[in-house]
Amino acid sequence: MRLTLKVWRQKNRNTPGEFRTYHTEHASPDMSFLEMLDVVNQELILKGEEPIAFDHDCREGICGMCSLMINGIAHGPKQAVTTCQLHMRSFKDGDTITVEPWRAGAFPIIKDLVTDRSSFDRIIQAGGYISASTGSAPDGNTIPVAKVDADKAMDAAACIGCGACVAACPNGSAMLFTAAKAAHLSFLPQGQTERYQRAINMVTQHDEEGFGNCTNIGECAVVCPKEISLDTIARLNRDLVVAALKGLAPSTGVSEAKAG
Amino acid sequence: MSSNQNETGTRTGVRTVEFVKALDSRAPGGPIEQRWDKHRFEMKLVNPANRRRYSVIVVGSGLAGSAAAATLGEQGYNVKCFCYQDSPRRAHSIAAQGGINAAKNYRNDGDSIFRLFYDTVKGGDFRARESNVYRLAQVSLNIIDQCVAQGVPFAREYGGYLDNRSFGGAQVSRTFYARGQTGQQLLLGAYQALCRQIAAGTVQMYPRTEMLDLVVIDGRARGIITRDMVTGKVERHVADAVVLATGGYGNVFYLSTNAKGCNTTAIWRAHRRGAFFGNPCFTQIHPTCIPVTGDHQSKLTLMSESLRNDGRIWVPKRPGDTRDPRQIPESERDYYLEERYPAFGNLVPRDVASRNAKQVCDEGRGVGPGGLGVYLDFADAIKRLGRQKIAERYGNLFDMYAQITGENPYETPMRIYPAIHYTMGGLWVDYNLMSTIPGLFVAGEANFSDHGANRLGASALMQGLADGYFVLPYTIANFLAGVKPGGLSTDTPEFAEAEAEVTSRVQRLLSINGHRTVDSFHRELGKIMWDECGMARNDAGLRRALKRIPELREEFWQNVKVPGESGDLNQELEKAGRVADFLELGELMCVDALHRTESCGGHFREESQTEDGEAKRDDEHFAYVAAWEFTGDPGRAELHKEPLVFEYVKPTQRSYK
Repeated sequence: MRLTLKVWRQKNRNTPGEFRTYHTEHASPDMSFLEMLDVVNQELILKGEEPIAFDHDCREGICGMCSLMINGIAHGPKQAVTTCQLHMRSFKDGDTITVEPWRAGAFPIIKDLVTDRSSFDRIIQAGGYISASTGSAPDGNTIPVAKVDADKAMDAAACIGCGACVAACPNGSAMLFTAAKAAHLSFLPQGQTERYQRAINMVTQHDEEGFGNCTNIGECAVVCPKEISLDTIARLNRDLVVAALKGLAPSTGVSEAKAG
Repeated sequence: MSSNQNETGTRTGVRTVEFVKALDSRAPGGPIEQRWDKHRFEMKLVNPANRRRYSVIVVGSGLAGSAAAATLGEQGYNVKCFCYQDSPRRAHSIAAQGGINAAKNYRNDGDSIFRLFYDTVKGGDFRARESNVYRLAQVSLNIIDQCVAQGVPFAREYGGYLDNRSFGGAQVSRTFYARGQTGQQLLLGAYQALCRQIAAGTVQMYPRTEMLDLVVIDGRARGIITRDMVTGKVERHVADAVVLATGGYGNVFYLSTNAKGCNTTAIWRAHRRGAFFGNPCFTQIHPTCIPVTGDHQSKLTLMSESLRNDGRIWVPKRPGDTRDPRQIPESERDYYLEERYPAFGNLVPRDVASRNAKQVCDEGRGVGPGGLGVYLDFADAIKRLGRQKIAERYGNLFDMYAQITGENPYETPMRIYPAIHYTMGGLWVDYNLMSTIPGLFVAGEANFSDHGANRLGASALMQGLADGYFVLPYTIANFLAGVKPGGLSTDTPEFAEAEAEVTSRVQRLLSINGHRTVDSFHRELGKIMWDECGMARNDAGLRRALKRIPELREEFWQNVKVPGESGDLNQELEKAGRVADFLELGELMCVDALHRTESCGGHFREESQTEDGEAKRDDEHFAYVAAWEFTGDPGRAELHKEPLVFEYVKPTQRSYK
């Protein structure tokens, strides 16, 4: 396959970036998108140019490290697939493909296509957990969980924290991520004790990180590689209302949670 | 330690060893079911008020690392945790699919701690330490409880109780699972516990930070040298104890199921500083991976071996038969596992399934591009159970397969081929998970571990969490109680020397400016390792590899091309440092494989097989852990032996007929 790539190149956070055009004749339909970038990079290195920096790790769609806006769509044209699992058979010989990093204020660019998503970690640090110190747990079967609840918790827990939801959202909101994390725990009996405090803490941190508000546009759910449902956001909003009715305020120290 | 002449060294002619020294495992004696309890009581404790004065470095944030860092933080120690990913949640434990074993016996089907212990020792082909394995089986119970309390969404039955399945040929249902993503859910549990401690200020997290050396002072591990992967800044970190939980080294083969970033650098640097390397040649090859499609292939994707519960494995009887599999009549198909192993059929252990696949492909009966594949066929299962039932059980795996290959496994058989998946070898540790360097602990896949020469399915997650949640917090306390806290700055000659070495190595890599990319060296090393030290090994091939690897390493340092600069995010530079270490480790693996002239578990020496082609152990000469000491040249490592004694599980020839 012959391809033309328009790739965002940016030396670092403080240097302005630009699109540069590359051509390759060595792509094949069996390659993953990242393997195609590998090929381009090998060619660049041998020509004495700097290769394109991009994040990736497991290359099997589960670690959430890979990203990329491909022709303007987070993780590219196929639904429910991460960039690492997108194959070049989804493109045609002769195509021109535009490749950009996630674009969001709360995800500053580190270099080329690599962004800083540590804001997600700080949302979890603000309360996205169940406080259960090692050794304090009762036998696993003393806490029965209705299968329907366990399945819903699992649906939400499938979030891989890639950030596609933020990149796709016109508001740059991370509500789908935050809501998925909260819903995973709020569907389980173990997660009830801290449920409302958790909701308000996580959303407060979400806002402090500079993510935008949710206005129910729904692009996030369309691009989500794990098909997290918008319903999680409704559920989180309900929990926020309950937290307000209970008069809960964000616990102190949230905004001082250490940078990840 | 006692010394005696090493016969194996002279017999095989490996240019390695003059002396062997026996290593002390410090495993407690007495009845096996009381050893851990007794040991826990005898270990020293650190007063809660004193704990914050002690600091611990944890490198790696997978199951073992996150669990250890979180738990040590909860207990009040000062913890620093490092990972190369952009977030600790992304460590490669996340990719484990199938499940986690625990001897809960919730199914009332005959499981027990002793049975899990027995199965693990036997499954490891009698090359693991009994005391450790028994402890692992004991704490498996606590792991499930802890994970449930954290909110891990394990699969449930309709009554709300935890569901189990049988996995990897086990005869009891002891595997707990969370759909096809058990690893991710367990890791998120540990990560969330870690986040809670980061917020509490007990753990300081350093993502996108790579450990490039270990600092040893007066014989004790006292710190590490790191490189910030974004700014390139090289930094010194001091602590009272160091934990390496940096995973396995399967990427020495270039193609493996590991994440692209998985590497050996942390443990290899520690090895060079004096930590012995245990059984480096013990690698596991997973039978159900998606075959290679071409030279561009960057990694291999595993599909859960639960597929073997319903899929039937076959190849055409006639070599070179390229017909569409659906056109090949039953009479011309060879269901070779069902044929050869009637009792276990398609569910034989991983090493047996992998070796048989290689054998039929070597006979020219492999399928797909390059003839490196066998069929995994669900046609019968779909006929028997219906398409919907199969979709319920394996839907996500079928989707993934279709996504990668462009073929529909509901319509045509899957093609699978074995791939490097896990390394049983790793840094040698004693019963306390401490390496031969005092103060340096090693956990999870990074240590030589409890799996002997072959790991059973759903046992890696169990071991990582056992080490992190329930073993290290005790044994590190015991170590710390014996030393004075703090009292050391990073301003010592040892730190300065280690930092200078790291910096000059980085500069050297950048200054070579040769003609070959890092990847091209890595691929070539991987091919040597796969061909000569992969699924089957023999004397001549290993000697070829031992000649070729040092040559390749030499060429690397003359001719590698690493673009860019050091004070910047530079992914080629990161890779170059890792491949340089793989080029040393690969040689040690071949030295180990050559010296062990027996077959055991995943280590199949063609010279040592039974009449019907199964792995044949040599307990008389090889019932030991080979622990290698670095002497300046990986090809001349010095062999130490930890004899293995089997008091409870009597070694027998494994048979799955």
